[in-house]
Amino acid sequence: MLVKYQPMYWTIGVIALQTINSQFQRQVFKWGAIISLSEGQLMEIARKCRIDIVEMVHKAGAGHPGGSLSAIDFIVGLYGTEFRFDAKNPNWEDRDRFIMSKGHASPAVYSMLHQLDIITKSDIDSFRTLGSTCQGHVDMKWTEGVDFSAGSLGMGLSFGLGCAIAARMDSSERNIWVMIGDGETQEGQIWEAAMATDFHKIGNLNVVIDRNRIQNDDFMDVQMEIGDIGAKFQSFGWKVIEIDGHNMQEITNAIGEASSDQTEPYAIVAHTIKGKGVSFMENNPSFHGKAPSDEELVIALEELS
Amino acid sequence: MSAPSTGGASRDGYGSALLKLASDPRVVVLEADLGKSTKSCLFRAEHPERTVSMGIAEQNMMLVSAGMASSGKIPFASTFAIFTERAFEQVRNGIARPGLVVHICGSHGGIHTGTDGSSAQSIEDLGIYRTIPNMTVLHPCDDLSAEELTIQLLNHDNPSYTRTARNKVPRVYTEDNVSEIKIGKGNVIKEGNDVAIIACGVMVNEAKIAAQKLSEEGINACIVDMHTIKPLDGDLIQELARQCGCIVTVEDHSVIGGLGGGVAEYLSRNIPTPLEMVGVNDRFGESGDTSDLMSHLNIDYNAIVSASHAAIKRK
Repeated sequence: MLVKYQPMYWTIGVIALQTINSQFQRQVFKWGAIISLSEGQLMEIARKCRIDIVEMVHKAGAGHPGGSLSAIDFIVGLYGTEFRFDAKNPNWEDRDRFIMSKGHASPAVYSMLHQLDIITKSDIDSFRTLGSTCQGHVDMKWTEGVDFSAGSLGMGLSFGLGCAIAARMDSSERNIWVMIGDGETQEGQIWEAAMATDFHKIGNLNVVIDRNRIQNDDFMDVQMEIGDIGAKFQSFGWKVIEIDGHNMQEITNAIGEASSDQTEPYAIVAHTIKGKGVSFMENNPSFHGKAPSDEELVIALEELS
Repeated sequence: MSAPSTGGASRDGYGSALLKLASDPRVVVLEADLGKSTKSCLFRAEHPERTVSMGIAEQNMMLVSAGMASSGKIPFASTFAIFTERAFEQVRNGIARPGLVVHICGSHGGIHTGTDGSSAQSIEDLGIYRTIPNMTVLHPCDDLSAEELTIQLLNHDNPSYTRTARNKVPRVYTEDNVSEIKIGKGNVIKEGNDVAIIACGVMVNEAKIAAQKLSEEGINACIVDMHTIKPLDGDLIQELARQCGCIVTVEDHSVIGGLGGGVAEYLSRNIPTPLEMVGVNDRFGESGDTSDLMSHLNIDYNAIVSASHAAIKRK
């Protein structure tokens, strides 16, 4: 459990830093900056998250493992480096925001929050059951550390834009991160938000596109391929970075660049593999929204161990 | 209907309320290229730094509002009533479901609007928003009550939808008595025992004309301004049912799902009482002068008089 790495001055810092300059404040609240996680350590955290993901979906008998496994490396890279939050006080008002717009990939978020000890093992074990902290799709009403109630695609970037505008009005330097799926870009509202972000000159909003090329029914090539997503965001005025979404160095470099530049919105196109880490789920549309069987779970855990 | 020389449209009350609310720095205003019509332009002129233009993109506007609400702001987002409906699912999933306090204003509601025709005549907005958990639904009858209710939203804990109207109608309230109205409480504007006419929006004025006609026949009608469609004032409805023995609902809205629907649901479950509904009878509107349309669609004061006769006969 990663909580053991949290320094005791973390909580002290919440109080003390109110009187210290904001630049220093950013540093202290960055989890990764304090404990200096190496790429190897981040990948190890991601491996543990993958185990949580397949186990919770198996136990629930439902859920979306494919898009969770494609997204998790970026999420770990974000929380492990530049993301400014307080695990002891998830509702801290001036935290950065992580808006998981592809809300069906909730197991990825829950696994991260579990590693941070914001939610418990029993929380993730109750995934999708009556009264559970871990609803089927991420929901800010139900889960500490979740900043958005998702489940209907296409809405998260607009929500993130609202958070970003509010932060600017408050003269806060908080960054807003939104993760969307590549299939999700088929929703017109994504482009309404992209246009408005440029028009309002919003620089504290960044989006990562989980480019795994598979959506619910089939490959995007079959359903509705969008083509060059990066070029499209660029044409809407966004700065674009293309990365291998499973290469932790590329992930953290991109996050570092986007976090430090609040003059422009960044679109990070993370080229990923749906189901990454579990051989029979990789690049397999049938595991978009299906739980592994008992036998498949055994294989998956062997591969992830 | 000719515009009265005094008073204003309920949309004017929304605009003036925003100005009065501006002293609270949390208040922000969002527009979708209709600020001049919804009257949020008044706020924009004074507080451009807290006004966000979303362009003709209502879905984006609803979620941007939600994001701002989650960050400590109190957003007031407006467009035409009909175009809020374009973003219905955004309101449902992005605002009401997480309980984010966003106040939506749909102006130009109902057929009592311009001559644009059926595409601009929202006759289902009250009904659809009433079905969403956590939503408060308001429909004030004049500019003064629209201003008062909008100001009360500042301390309201739920997201809301307020329908305002385009056209001026005679004032129902005065500056002295308007502060007596409260969200969630229907307001009896005329006592009576023979029939209770429960109206909302511009139809409150029409109900007043009908009550005058009825009184000439010796029928003493009670008139209620039911400005809050949800939560519906069940206590008052029950009292009216007991007192008058029959009820007529009156709205510039479909007879399905709105004020009439809500009152019918309440009566049938609590105190079965003869009920007649005046409203748009499950059809779309069309272009036309407002008074011609009201007569054509059978929602003018004559229709209220006839419905009152029918309700009294069923007692």
